[in-house]
Amino acid sequence: MTPIVKIDQVTKTYDGGHQALKGVSLDIVQGEILALLGPNGAGKTTLISIICGIVNASGGRITVGGHDTITDYRGARGMIGLVPQETTLEPFERVMNTVRFSRGLFGCPPDAAHLEKVLRQLSLWDKRDSKIMKLSGGMKRRVLIAKALAHEPRVLFLDEPTAGVDVELRKEMWNTVRDLQADGVTIILTTHYIEEAEAMADRIGVIAKGEILLVEDTAALMDRMGKKEMRIELQAPLAAIPEALGEFALERSEDGAALTYTYDTRGERTGITRLLADLQSEGIALRDVQTKQSSLEEIFVDLVREETQ
Amino acid sequence: MNLHAIAAIYRFEMARFFRTIWQSMVSPVISTSLYFVVFGAAIGSRIQEVEGISYGAFIVPGLIMLSVLTLSLTNASLGIYFPKFIGTIYELLSAPVSFLEISIGYVGAAATKSLIIGLIILATSFLFVPIQILHPFWMLAFLVLTCLTFSLFGFIVGIWAKSFEQLNLVPMLVITPLVFLGGSFYSITMLPPFWQTVTLFNPVVYLISGFRWSFFGQADVSIWVSLLAITGFFALCLAIVAWIFRTGWRIRS
Ligand SMILES: Nc1ncnc2c1ncn2[C@@H]1O[C@H](COP(=O)(O)OP(=O)(O)O)[C@@H](O)[C@H]1O
Ligand SMILES: [Mg+2]
Repeated sequence: MTPIVKIDQVTKTYDGGHQALKGVSLDIVQGEILALLGPNGAGKTTLISIICGIVNASGGRITVGGHDTITDYRGARGMIGLVPQETTLEPFERVMNTVRFSRGLFGCPPDAAHLEKVLRQLSLWDKRDSKIMKLSGGMKRRVLIAKALAHEPRVLFLDEPTAGVDVELRKEMWNTVRDLQADGVTIILTTHYIEEAEAMADRIGVIAKGEILLVEDTAALMDRMGKKEMRIELQAPLAAIPEALGEFALERSEDGAALTYTYDTRGERTGITRLLADLQSEGIALRDVQTKQSSLEEIFVDLVREETQ
Repeated sequence: MNLHAIAAIYRFEMARFFRTIWQSMVSPVISTSLYFVVFGAAIGSRIQEVEGISYGAFIVPGLIMLSVLTLSLTNASLGIYFPKFIGTIYELLSAPVSFLEISIGYVGAAATKSLIIGLIILATSFLFVPIQILHPFWMLAFLVLTCLTFSLFGFIVGIWAKSFEQLNLVPMLVITPLVFLGGSFYSITMLPPFWQTVTLFNPVVYLISGFRWSFFGQADVSIWVSLLAITGFFALCLAIVAWIFRTGWRIRS
C-alpha cells in the first residue's frame, strides 16, 4: 500500500545552529493512528511543523497524498489538518466564526452542514456563539480540533493533544480521536506518555534527539518492551541443552559456555527461580549470572525519567 | 487563486472593524473637528487665503491624508502582527494560500477601513467649510492608491515588528513627522527656497500635493510626478512583501 504521508531524509538545523532533525524518514499508512513518542525536545513539533509548512526544512522531501509539500504545497496542505501544541486562538472571536474562517482559508466553499456536524461531534454546538475566552481549556482544545477539521482533511496532526489535561479529558480526547479514525481520517499524534501511545496508536514511532529510533506495531512493541535477558555463564561448556530445560527456550552460545534466558518482567512469574533450580538438579554449575534490559527498554526508561522531571 | 481564502481573511478582518465601528469612527471625526477649530478658526483668522483658497478648505486634503496614512499603517500592521503575537499565524502558514492571497486579504481589508474613515472625514469637513472637488475621479484614485500603498507598507511593518513598541515606532517616528512636514497645513511654496528643496525628498509631499490638486486644481509639484511617486512606492512595497514570503523572513523559522 502506498503511504499517505512519505517523509524522506528530512533534516532541520535551526538558525542558532541546533540540529533538531537528523535525517528523519517515515511512511504513514492511510487510515492508521500513528503515535510519535519521544521526550521534550526530541523534534516532534519540528517534524510536524515542517510537514505542515510552518517551518522550512533544511533538507529532505515530503509528500502528502503524492503532493510534494514544497512544489505542490496547495495540494499537500489542502489534505492536512493541524492541531497545534499550544492553544492559540483569538480570545474575542466566537467559535463559529473562527471555524468558518478556517474552512475558507483552506479554500473550501461555505458548508454550514459540515461545520454543524464537526461542532456537534466535538460537543461544541451549544457553544458556537460563545466567545473563545469564555471557554474552558478542554473546550478550547476542541475548538482547535474543529478548526483543523473544518476543511475535511484526510490527514490530521495532533501535537500533544493531552499535555496538561486531566485524566477525564484525556479519555474524552482518546474517544474523539478514535471517532475520527472511524471516519477514515489518518491521524498522527505526538506524546511523551507511553500509556497514551499504547492506548491510542496502531503504530508507534519512537523519536529522540532528532532521530526516529524505531517504528513498530503497538502490540509487537509492547510485547518486546517488558523483556529482559539473563546470561548464565557456565563452569564447563555444554554440548547441547538438556531436554529437561526445553520449556525455558534457552539460547546456547557458540562455544556452549553460556546460556541466555529471555523473560517478561511484567508477567506473573519470571521463571527464574525454577530455571535456577532445574539447572542445579541437572548438575550444571554456574560461574556468573548477569541480567540486562533490551535496548528498547533503555529508551523507555529515559522517556519515563524525562516525564517525571 | 484561492479566492475563498482571500474572502475569508477579508471578511474576518472587516468583521473585527464593524464590531468596533463606533470606536473606529468617533476618534478620527473628533480629531478632524479639533483640527478645524484650531487651525481653521484660530490660524485661519490670520491666514486669509492660500493660493486663492480659504485656509479652512486648503487644509482638508492634508487632514484626510494625515488620518488615512496613519490609519492604513496602524490597521495593516496590527492586522498581521496580532496573529504573529498570539500565535494564530500557524494557520495562515499551514493553509494552501500564497503570499499574494494573504496580502490581498489583509491589505485589502486595512485599505477598505481607512478608505471608509477617509470618506467620513471628508463628509465631516463639509460641515465646517465649503469645499469644491474639481476632479472627483482623481480624488478617489489618489485616496484609494494611498490607502493601498500605506496598508501594504503597514503590512511589512507588522511582519518586521517583534514587539508592540516597534509596531508603534514607525507611525510615530516616521509617518507623523513626514505628514506634518509634507505640506498638510501649508503650501511648500510658503517655505524659504532651501527648505523647499529639502521637502522634495519627503514622499508625503507628492501625495498631499496630488491629492490637493484633485480638489482645487493647484499643486506644488506636477500631478504626474505625484502619481509616479506613489506607484513607485507601491511597487517597492509589493516587491518587499514578495521577498518576505519567499524567504519566510520573520515568520517561518
Ligand atoms: N524556533 C526554534 N529555534 C531554535 N531552536 C528551536 C526552535 N524550535 C525548537 N527548537 C529546538 O529544537 C529541538 C526540538 O524541539 P521540538 O521540535 O519543539 O521538540 P518536541 O516537540 O519533541 O518537544 C529542541 O531542542 C528545541 O529547543
Ligand atoms: Mg513539541
